[in-house]
Amino acid sequence: MNSISNIRAITKRELGGYFSSPVAYVFIVIFLLLTGFFTFMAGGFFERGQASLENSFFVWHPWLYLFLVPAAGMRLWAEERRVGTLELLLTLPITTWQAIAGKFLASWLFLLLALVLTFPVVITVNFLGSPDNGVIFAAYVGSFLMAGAYLAIACMTSAMTRNQVVSFIVSFVICLLLVLCGFPPVTNLLTRWDIPWLVNTVAAFSVITHFEYFTKGVVDSRDVIFFLSVIGFSLFTTGVIIRSHRAG
Amino acid sequence: MIKVENLSKSFGPKVAVNGVSFTVERGEVLGFLGPNGAGKSTTMRMITGFIPPSEGKVTVGQHDMIEDPIPAKRLIGYLPENAPAYTDMTVEGFLGFIAELRGMHGDARKRAVHRVVEMCFLESVLYQSIETLSKGFRHRTCLAQSIIHDPEVLVMDEPTDGLDPNQKHEVRGLIRRMGEKKAIIFSTHILEEVEAVCSRAIIIDRGQIVANGTPQQLKQQSDAAGAVLLIVRAVAGAQLVERLSGVANARRTAIVKEENGKVWARVYPKSANTNGELARNVLAAATGWQVEELHTEEGRLDEVFRSITLPETAKSAKP
Ligand SMILES: Nc1ncnc2c1ncn2[C@@H]1O[C@H](COP(=O)(O)OP(=O)(O)O)[C@@H](O)[C@H]1O
Ligand SMILES: [Mg+2]
Repeated sequence: MNSISNIRAITKRELGGYFSSPVAYVFIVIFLLLTGFFTFMAGGFFERGQASLENSFFVWHPWLYLFLVPAAGMRLWAEERRVGTLELLLTLPITTWQAIAGKFLASWLFLLLALVLTFPVVITVNFLGSPDNGVIFAAYVGSFLMAGAYLAIACMTSAMTRNQVVSFIVSFVICLLLVLCGFPPVTNLLTRWDIPWLVNTVAAFSVITHFEYFTKGVVDSRDVIFFLSVIGFSLFTTGVIIRSHRAG
Repeated sequence: MIKVENLSKSFGPKVAVNGVSFTVERGEVLGFLGPNGAGKSTTMRMITGFIPPSEGKVTVGQHDMIEDPIPAKRLIGYLPENAPAYTDMTVEGFLGFIAELRGMHGDARKRAVHRVVEMCFLESVLYQSIETLSKGFRHRTCLAQSIIHDPEVLVMDEPTDGLDPNQKHEVRGLIRRMGEKKAIIFSTHILEEVEAVCSRAIIIDRGQIVANGTPQQLKQQSDAAGAVLLIVRAVAGAQLVERLSGVANARRTAIVKEENGKVWARVYPKSANTNGELARNVLAAATGWQVEELHTEEGRLDEVFRSITLPETAKSAKP
């Protein structure tokens, strides 16, 4: 298939782009240090005495990703626009969708790599106790999907500008809103207003709520569909943005 | 091969390209001339499908660029302005990547990369990161990607910009050679380039075509086309003008310069000057003078360019 091979070529190039600079390594090291710090220090992994990662490790992911995923996605389109390679890419015989898919997959795989490198945490908990590894796996799947949703948003904001910093800030804000939708202080406030449909609507967009089911070992199709629709919608919007101001 | 019909593009209230139409056939090299901001790059971006036109139509081969972009883009090789390239890649990696997206795999891809590396003299930097290349090499790398699939149509935006004279010469030679079998359109503001390379030239100013023809035809629009230049020694300027004004078919005589006892004078013809008639008349009138040189001028492209584009830009400068 032609489109598959185009997507693969772009994914390969983009991944190469990550690893040709020290940024990728710095990113992974920061990610691992932060997850380590939050799990063992702030998360009180040892003090809890639980053979589970839910409240010590995974609980931090929605917050950590808030900084790290926009950072990983900000260059995707902004850099192409700034350097002018966008003009090369979009005049090649490929569709905009293939370019978007290729780039998105590359960064998603990169995030997957960072996530996989947290495996020592899993080893540690297995060494100390006997956790339910099925639950841990489900939580990893949820975390990966959530990272994808954040990344698609970063991809969208990256397409809007040639400035990576602007892209970072805008996607950070959007992701923050999605996180806050399910953050107890916010939900409590909304409950006090006593407008049930508003509470339900806002809660439906909550990244945390959807992610929590995964961390409890529940893989519900509704939660999977939620993350996939955020990805789908954001990537679709990315396409619209790229088509509408290609010249900028 | 390329057919542009009534192409227009506005950016908000700013009209960058306004009703441009032309065609380029196989075997033609079309030079696209115009002052900065005339709309050359914008036109090329519409031809290559990077930006959609506000109005009008682009057909490449048999394919409409808007309705059927993928087959149209397959036929085109494009060198954008400033020769962008992925700076984090090596020359080889970059060319291989483009070849892959051009549908070449395995051996075909290796051969294609090898071919353009030879054509563009890139052997010495093949494994070097594009970031570290000098401007000339970087430019040639981008040129190489534009011809990697041996396209039938080649669109080049200022292909010799920023190259040293030797590199300019090489690139011009390359364009001329490729122009025998392809349809090529390239933009420039170097006029000698047009004479050296183009079979036809279009001058565009403020988004509109203001002249279209072979370099010869354009030169004939020049004021100096058909004028006779005369260089004599030891004659006073005034005396020279007086005697030459009486020559048949001479409209006017102007002293170009006087230096080291020599006078350069230009005699402009009244009507079309063919078969060297004016030159003979001038020579006859010059009997007794020490004539050092005498020839009929072809006209100068830069003069035509200025006379066509200057008044317009001057007008736009003071609204
Ligand atoms: N993306 C854009 N947005 C707004 N104006 C633009 C854009 N691109 C080009 N222009 C304007 O269109 C005009 C033509 O530009 P361009 O095609 O780059 O000229 P040239 O290549 O002949 O120097 C210029 O006045 C330029 O400022
Ligand atoms: Mg230009």
